[in-house]
Amino acid sequence: MTTAEPTEAVTGVPFTLNGTELVAEEGELLIDACDRNGVHIPRFCYHNRMKPVGMCRMCLVEVDTGRGKALQPSCMLPVTPEMKVETESEATKKAQDGVLELLLANHPLDCPVCDKGGECPLQDNAYAFGPGETRFVEEKRHFKKPIPISDLVKLDRERCILCDRCTRFASDVAGDPLIHFIDRGSQTQVNTFPDHPFSSYFSGNTVQICPVGALTAEPYRFKARPWDLEAVESTATVDSTGARVVLQSSQNEIVRVLGVDSDAVNWSWLSDKERFSYEATAKGDRIEQPLVKNEETGMLEATRWNNAAKKVGAALRVEPDRIAAVGGARMPLEGQYAWAKLLKGVVGTDHVDAQLDDGLPGPLVLGLPRATINDACKPGGVVVTIGADLKEELPTLFLRLRHAVVEDGVKLIELTSTATHLSDFATVRFDVTPGSVGQFATAIAKQAGADLDFDVADESGLVEAQADKVAAAAALLDGSVPVTIIVGRGNLAESPRFTSDAVGIFRRLNDDFQFMPALRRGNINGALEMGLVPGFTPGGVQRESAQLDTWPDVPDFDGMDTKEIFRAAAEGRIDTLLLLAANPLQDFLDEDLVRRALANVKTVIAVDGISTETTDLADVVLPAALFGEVDGTFVNLEGRLSPLRAKVTPPSQARPDWMIPAELAIVLGVELGFTTIDELHSELSEVLPSFADIDWDTLGSSDDGPVLKLNRSWNIEFGKPAAAPPATSAFRLVATRKLWDQGTMVQESPSLASLPSEAAIHLNPDDIERHGFVGDSVTVRIGDQTHTIPLTSDVRVNPTTASIPVCLPGFDARTLITGRSTTAVEIRPNGTT
Amino acid sequence: MPTNTYVDHAPGYVDNEGPKIVTSRFGYEDSYTLERSLATGGYEGLRTALTKAPADVAAEVKDAVLLGRGGAGFPAGIKWGFMPPVWPRYLVVNGDESEPGTYKDRLLMERDPHQLIEGCIIACYALGLNTCFLYVRGEMADAQERIGTALNEAYEAGLVGKNIMGTDVSIDVVLHWGAGAYIVGEETALIESLEGNRGMPRLKPPFFPAAKGLYHKPTIVNNVETLANLPWILSNGAQAYKEHGSEASPGTRMLAISGHVNRPGVYEVPQGVVSFRELFYGDNYCQGIKDGNELKAFIPGGASAPWFFDDQLDVLLEAKDAGAAGSMLGSGAVVVMDETTDAVKACLRVVRFFARESCGKCTPCREGTSWEEKVLQRILDGYGREEDIDLLLDIGKNISPGEYPVAAFGKANLEAVPFPPKQTTICPLGPSSVAPITSAIRRFRHEFEAKIAAGPQNDGHSQAPEASTV
Ligand SMILES: Cc1cc2nc3c(=O)[nH]c(=O)nc-3n(C[C@H](O)[C@H](O)[C@H](O)COP(=O)(O)O)c2cc1C
Ligand code: SF4
Ligand code: SF4
Ligand code: FES
Repeated sequence: MTTAEPTEAVTGVPFTLNGTELVAEEGELLIDACDRNGVHIPRFCYHNRMKPVGMCRMCLVEVDTGRGKALQPSCMLPVTPEMKVETESEATKKAQDGVLELLLANHPLDCPVCDKGGECPLQDNAYAFGPGETRFVEEKRHFKKPIPISDLVKLDRERCILCDRCTRFASDVAGDPLIHFIDRGSQTQVNTFPDHPFSSYFSGNTVQICPVGALTAEPYRFKARPWDLEAVESTATVDSTGARVVLQSSQNEIVRVLGVDSDAVNWSWLSDKERFSYEATAKGDRIEQPLVKNEETGMLEATRWNNAAKKVGAALRVEPDRIAAVGGARMPLEGQYAWAKLLKGVVGTDHVDAQLDDGLPGPLVLGLPRATINDACKPGGVVVTIGADLKEELPTLFLRLRHAVVEDGVKLIELTSTATHLSDFATVRFDVTPGSVGQFATAIAKQAGADLDFDVADESGLVEAQADKVAAAAALLDGSVPVTIIVGRGNLAESPRFTSDAVGIFRRLNDDFQFMPALRRGNINGALEMGLVPGFTPGGVQRESAQLDTWPDVPDFDGMDTKEIFRAAAEGRIDTLLLLAANPLQDFLDEDLVRRALANVKTVIAVDGISTETTDLADVVLPAALFGEVDGTFVNLEGRLSPLRAKVTPPSQARPDWMIPAELAIVLGVELGFTTIDELHSELSEVLPSFADIDWDTLGSSDDGPVLKLNRSWNIEFGKPAAAPPATSAFRLVATRKLWDQGTMVQESPSLASLPSEAAIHLNPDDIERHGFVGDSVTVRIGDQTHTIPLTSDVRVNPTTASIPVCLPGFDARTLITGRSTTAVEIRPNGTT
Repeated sequence: MPTNTYVDHAPGYVDNEGPKIVTSRFGYEDSYTLERSLATGGYEGLRTALTKAPADVAAEVKDAVLLGRGGAGFPAGIKWGFMPPVWPRYLVVNGDESEPGTYKDRLLMERDPHQLIEGCIIACYALGLNTCFLYVRGEMADAQERIGTALNEAYEAGLVGKNIMGTDVSIDVVLHWGAGAYIVGEETALIESLEGNRGMPRLKPPFFPAAKGLYHKPTIVNNVETLANLPWILSNGAQAYKEHGSEASPGTRMLAISGHVNRPGVYEVPQGVVSFRELFYGDNYCQGIKDGNELKAFIPGGASAPWFFDDQLDVLLEAKDAGAAGSMLGSGAVVVMDETTDAVKACLRVVRFFARESCGKCTPCREGTSWEEKVLQRILDGYGREEDIDLLLDIGKNISPGEYPVAAFGKANLEAVPFPPKQTTICPLGPSSVAPITSAIRRFRHEFEAKIAAGPQNDGHSQAPEASTV
């Protein structure tokens, strides 16, 4: 957490604070300048990550700017030269006392039963500054006690002090203006519009910033008292943003997660998934003991660790080429390294892939020069987004980017598969159809002066029709300002090839462009860095150049990726398949292939913390400790290292991930070389140059965490982009992901499980009209199958594309995806075929 | 043709002796039509303006010392000069008139909408801008209708819109009806409301409209009456204008006088030369206090103004004098209270208005005004405590620290505290609620004490403080 320590101002504005001459930064608000100099001014509405509004008047101080002393709100007042400030004067005290007395006048005295009691700024300020006794003998204002304003948040209007923090956050930061002030005078209250609940992905932030107990979150309500909580700083692992958090526990159970104001990453904000999915670890269907399938009954039965380990050891003693592993993105870095060392260095297989064919090619991600979030968000720059709506996939990154674009004038060029929640603010937004992104990139790069020896393939005239936008984008990418390209997988029904091609074109346009992989899965960047990707060893080193003194061996063949692994497994070419916290039955696009693979493998070994449909089918299940139960390290999408900390103990026999391969190695008669996490860290620092300077002990206490310096000794060759195959029907499919889905962490968190909406096919309203679709569903034909799917009209969908989220309740959109480079679908009015 | 319904239920305009700068057409039955306007010199001021350079028009207005009529009395010509050279920029016309007692802008809009439209176009031309927003209070249905009709006529006649009067000057006027909130009369709240937001004031600094107003662009906000003066000034020149009124306050003001006088109504009065005594007792004006009663107190400039008493009868209708005497001329509403008035009740009446109209944005006003109201109600109900009088004054100090402006009280040897008050609030609404309290307690403390001493009167709705929940 950032604390107020006096720091030297860079450029100076001299001012006097309580008689002491000091220097403020240019444009610095008085309240911040005072904080920096150790003088705390009480406040309620001011929040350093939001625009000041000067509403509560708690921060009034006496200021003389040459025209006599006057009370001024210090949160609204930039320090000006020679300003004289009195924070202790009688007038200041009287004003602050007065405001507090007035705030308390109508505030209910239910502190003993209020969740905020004990950590309440109103309570604290009342003790520190207040008059001590109330002169208010009137009847207090009454409202119905807490009303739900969303599925997750309750509002007690009697406690609200109308500081505008929650409402400002909702409209200015999240862009979800769903809570507002209504009525006036002392009846003023926060409320939602009728029939429009505050269903924001970010609603939990309002609970965190509410300076009183007016907003409470369903998962934490009445669970604990602040003084009983123990806390530790950690990192959110539900997506690759790596938001910094505090985990709070009570009686060995995590009860609350708060955002930490990390300047580099999340500015204290969290998505509700990052904030509330801790529930899955305490309340989910945990795997508590090793399980082995009873050959006779076919049922999984609990067993002892060494028994299970022996079984796994036997399965690992086959030809390395017949062993494969999928997954690993959920684990801390230490587990990833240990598994990589066991699989690649001891067992000798290279069929190892942390991605489930739903991301981007590993070499591409490893080989691109990285931007930090602050690089991308720096005022004056340009950001290009390729892929998905970040609000759905990396919501906290979305908040940072939204601020950069909306408040700081960063220019945004969107090459996304559908319009996004930032499209309204984009300088240029292209209507990209599946398979065309490489052609748009080519057109832009050519116009911006790239030396490319091929032409735009634009049979449909799609690029030509957007020539003005191409020109506008090219002008922004002329190299005069820093450019960050955020690249993700916006369409699961389209080969990632088109995206890599587009990236390649931008790479060729300008070497200085920086990239940020918008891969969704938690510690996926750690997994790739640790070599859980075919063809690589840790440190992003290609297999054949690996120099790992501490490794017994490295694989002598280039491995398969996940899709190829499942194909091979289905064909009986794999004997042992390890699933490292992966649930391919849920997450892999071809569910049928996974079933065939699992059926045709001799031994399926699942390592996981929560039981899933996939672990149910395994032969051996090894229980792993989860988020909040183990110490470790996280690598976010910037390559930034931050700590994961244990706050509670894992259930029963569950072990930290890194211990499991270490133990299996012993079964195989080798030692992995580390028996403690410190020894593992020493080895990492020793064998990987990028980790050489990491000070593992201070990882947790350093404010933002070090960013790995990527130094790749190899280059990706980029050539001519593939052209999309000609359209064979009126619509091409865009398969997207939503934040709330059927994924394990959401479904195993009781407060979140009901949040996903039913799957529906989204079409542009113009297309709906043109094709005469009526009613609330359509018939979709793909190959020789037809499906009736609910229809939603959605302006965010580009014309001639049909967008549908995967992994939602209702229709399983994976059945529409063919695995071809793009997916064409025929859509008819419902009832016709 | 719409019929005049308002004359039936409210005193309207009183056609007395004196210069008619903004009410010259009020005597005509069809004063609001374009036909009548054109037949009586309407749009001639605009015609003259268009023959001059915009800067010269602005200079003429500055020279005329046209004081703002919305409340603060700031010279329009000087305010116009504060605009930085940034475009787009806007003119916003404040027609939200809601200060209790004030209803002169309504008459100007209902009875001579073309004069206002002409004034708007002149101002736009002088300021080099081409979009004017005319914001009319939500409840003023007649005014909205008259202005809407007049604007259509003016557009059709080429007096507004593209190529005004055949010149290459093009100016649009956009009408906007409020939703009924006193606070949007405050210029920054009005701007918020125009932008489609909840009408709550912005902080000054940094949001001085002239620099950062509508859509954060330079914006001039002027009152209806201020702009209604422009046609006359342009037609007749600043020199002629300054022949009326006093040197510091040239021209006339429309004053809405209500309460215990024999002839209440809106009068056009030369500024700076007429005293309150003449206003209340003069034959040309209100013709004395009702029923021959004694004057008890009067509010000289809208409900926000501290009260004046008999000591202040000879103060002239001059902003500077009224300010020095401890109050203000404000919105041009004068409320007269005679000896039959219950000071506590009157005080509660005014405070309740501010408590109900507080926008709720800042703590001192939101919580303070309703607390004041509750205490006053309690005193009135006979459940007051001795300490409540000082409590009221102290709550006031939380909203408006320091000495609150009050009028001198000769008999008690109490001196005036000059206007304006200090504030812990964002806008002056909160402090306005302190005015009646300080005024009434200073002068009529005995009435408060008497109510407290008398105890509960059996009126059915009183509430004892013991019944409160803490
Ligand atoms: C609480 C409050 C209410 C106000 N109401 C009005 C109003 O109804 N009409 C108006 O013209 N000015 C009103 N004002 C003054 C305006 O803020 C602004 O000063 C005025 O419109 C400027 O116009 P002028 O310079 O032409 O007088 C109000 C001010 C405050 C603080
Ligand atoms: S609910 Fe909390 S955050 Fe929102 S306005 Fe009220 S006190 Fe502030
Ligand atoms: S003083 Fe009252 S009306 Fe003005 S901003 Fe504050 S709460 Fe709103
Ligand atoms: S903190 Fe400055 S007014 Fe609220």
